[in-house]
Amino acid sequence: MTQTAPKADPSQEAAPAAALHTGSSDIRALLTRNLRQSGIYIAFVAIVALFAILTGGTSLSPINITNIVLQYSYILVLAIGMVIVIIAGHIDLSVGSVVALTGAVSAVLVIGQGLPWWVGILAALAVGLVVGAWHGFWVAYVGIPAFIVTLAGMLLFRGLTLRVLDNISLSPFTPEYQVVASGFLNGLLGGEGFDAFTLLIGAIAVAGYAVSGFRTRVARITYMQPVESFPLFVTRVVLVGAVVMAFAWQLAHARGLPVVLIILAALVLAYGVITRRTVFGRQVYAIGGNLSAAQLSGVRVRTVNFWIFVNMGLLSAIAGIIYSSRSNGAQPAAGNMFELDAIAAAFIGGAAVTGGVGTVVGAMVGGLIMAVMSNGMQLMGVDQSIQSVVKGLVLLLAVAFDIYNKRRGAGAR
Amino acid sequence: MDDEILRMRGITKTFPGVTALEDVNLAVRRGEIHAICGENGAGKSTLMKVLSGVHPTGSYDGEITFDGQPVRFAGIRDSEHVGIVIIHQELALVPHLSIAENIFLGNEVTGRGGLIDWNKANAEARRLLDEVGLAENAVTPVGQLGVGKQQLVEIAKALSKDVKLLILDEPTAALNDTDSAHLLGLLRALKERGITCIMISHKLNEIVSVADRTTVIRDGRTVETMDMSEPDAGQDRIIRGMVGRDLDSFYPDRESEVGEEVLRIEDWTVWHPTQDRKVVDGASLTVRAGEVVGIAGLMGAGRTELAMSVFGRSYGRNISGRVFVRGEEVRARTVAEAIEHGIAYATEDRKRYGLNLIEDIRRNISAAALGKLSRRGWVNANEETKVAEDSRRAMNIKAPTVMSIVGKLSGGNQQKVVLSKWLFTDPEVLILDEPTRGIDVGAKYEIYTIVNKLVASGKAVLVISSELPELLGICDRIYTLSAGRITGEVPVGDATQEGLMALMTKDRELAG
Repeated sequence: MTQTAPKADPSQEAAPAAALHTGSSDIRALLTRNLRQSGIYIAFVAIVALFAILTGGTSLSPINITNIVLQYSYILVLAIGMVIVIIAGHIDLSVGSVVALTGAVSAVLVIGQGLPWWVGILAALAVGLVVGAWHGFWVAYVGIPAFIVTLAGMLLFRGLTLRVLDNISLSPFTPEYQVVASGFLNGLLGGEGFDAFTLLIGAIAVAGYAVSGFRTRVARITYMQPVESFPLFVTRVVLVGAVVMAFAWQLAHARGLPVVLIILAALVLAYGVITRRTVFGRQVYAIGGNLSAAQLSGVRVRTVNFWIFVNMGLLSAIAGIIYSSRSNGAQPAAGNMFELDAIAAAFIGGAAVTGGVGTVVGAMVGGLIMAVMSNGMQLMGVDQSIQSVVKGLVLLLAVAFDIYNKRRGAGAR
Repeated sequence: MDDEILRMRGITKTFPGVTALEDVNLAVRRGEIHAICGENGAGKSTLMKVLSGVHPTGSYDGEITFDGQPVRFAGIRDSEHVGIVIIHQELALVPHLSIAENIFLGNEVTGRGGLIDWNKANAEARRLLDEVGLAENAVTPVGQLGVGKQQLVEIAKALSKDVKLLILDEPTAALNDTDSAHLLGLLRALKERGITCIMISHKLNEIVSVADRTTVIRDGRTVETMDMSEPDAGQDRIIRGMVGRDLDSFYPDRESEVGEEVLRIEDWTVWHPTQDRKVVDGASLTVRAGEVVGIAGLMGAGRTELAMSVFGRSYGRNISGRVFVRGEEVRARTVAEAIEHGIAYATEDRKRYGLNLIEDIRRNISAAALGKLSRRGWVNANEETKVAEDSRRAMNIKAPTVMSIVGKLSGGNQQKVVLSKWLFTDPEVLILDEPTRGIDVGAKYEIYTIVNKLVASGKAVLVISSELPELLGICDRIYTLSAGRITGEVPVGDATQEGLMALMTKDRELAG
């Protein structure tokens, strides 16, 4: 295929350049270009639809949608950190224990010592950062595989949780503390039978999405890069807008906007930008894609690895705060197996076992797939044992799909 | 006379959107060494994958006759069953297993009760190693052997399977001259024993010296099969066939305008990271603006180690000596610092150390100088794409867009991405380690042209290469390195391959 002329032939240059500016204008191209990603979205929609039918619409009811958000937010928070860890080619098995430990520290201070709620939150965040730095030190500077370091961490921090709590549960938290996971913003703007404020926030989110999408588009055109055709762009914005507004509509008809959803949305937005747009994010992908090449390109691999784990610790602490707030106390067994849910979310969402691939949004969708399935099966009264079997199979199939795709990609070479 | 062991007729293989092979014919005589030449992407590897069953029957059109029988392979086991063994460029050995274990991997010598008879296996391995001329203990882990010896283990493995047709994909690409010579000698010996060989190679001088016949493939079609005993058969005719025209010269002309000194290395000594020996021993050299300087040395002479240790101490320990860039001493302890001081190093193994193969062209090009594209840690993705797009044009990288995944490009285009990456760091001195390894003739010419443009713009280039003709073709001056010491400095006008080789092997025993 390679036309190899010793000297560049300008007439040949024109052809690919022209193709570049008209590329990917139809839906087909958009879908197949990233089958892996679009596959996840299609699967998500299918699963939502499936359970809506199976539960006779209950799964999409205002109350249930609110419940899903409240119930799985901490897993999604963990999945944000986890996908970054996995992109860099590591793994973190300790997050469940860290969730327990940070919640326990907070509970001891707020419930045990009677200190204000914010002291508990700050202390939990500090503990999370220290734990992250501990893991980061061993992984980045001593060079022990993250699997081992965090396996040790899983035992270590579970033990510390038991010690901090003295083997007993602490409960209940003050009402202020409970707001984090169970609070709602509503009634700020009134509304008859629904919450106008929630709808307004939804509308602002949609507008923000449209404006930022449009600005990106304009910038890309300025730089002569391929963009989707304008009707397709509009269709995409309208579709996303409709989903968000429907979601907001349902929330507005239940209890309003959950505080934890605001936290989650802010984190997803922030980390989405961090992974895509910052030097740090790029370096994470570079390390996972080819460690040696990253090193020889001047990436400070140790520093980046260290901060990846510090960040994971921070997000674990946030998840710990949300979880303790939601369960209104701290238990020695809190957060058990959370790491596996977070890891599963990242992989279902398209992260590669070998590193270098994955997105925050993908991990969120992966986590939501798990959430909608668990929730739907609970609504249907499916036995716990079957639920576990189904979740296991979904994870397996998602990664099998990934590998199948890669093989096809390799075959096309 | 025409006893054919293999005939492939009308082979056409298409991938979605691409025709990789179109009506390719290949006839191989029993007991000959048959070379296959073609640029990267011409379809050589695809043809061999069809032959060895990696692409099973049904996924291509055409027919294959082997040993007089039409054959249909569903997989690689089928082709091995009839005696076709392929040895890939990337060797398929398990480093932690012993030589014997590797030889019999998947084909274990079983004794009573299905258990492996290790005594028998090791003895058999010993016999095979003698045949390929490898003086190593059969229980030595393969990972402790050099690439040349690993190659021999692969051949021993093939012999253990009663091979009739041995296919070697670029067997000498990673070997030094001594190992290459040994391997080519071995191929001749196998030929004496009646084993037919198909050899894919870019090294035309080797083909001329060892092959009986050569088939040239271009753009997925057979150009011709020539008998190497014909008077006009030779490098020129092969190259003509490969590129479809005459190449006036392998190396583009250049007027050198040498300016002031850019890089000076003084008394540079590097110790092996784990063993107690010096890998580079008191090396001093200079490179001036507008100059291409070569480093010639045999494998193990410390060429790459010298370059990598200078490049932010990426190799070795107890490094001593001084490095100056434009007269100022540089104490770069990390790669980032080295880049900052204007040193760039393009590695000899672009797939393992040079590129993020799962990422696109754009992000590979920006990887070493993201700082230039970002403010306060925020990357300007549009600017990044523009930079990549500019590079794609300037370097003539053949890819539809800069969003193409680098792992899917040909070797030559990957190398252009590597060069783009380092040029974007705006270096004072560019160190190129084996810049044309494993890439085809046309792309080589393009790389040389890029190097010439670079030095014309006042940069300094230091080239490490195993191919002496390449150094003689593109350098102004050549240093020779032997056992970690600089043993000579020769202006290219005075240099000959023989003279350089003498310097490259000088003092080997002395320096030990």
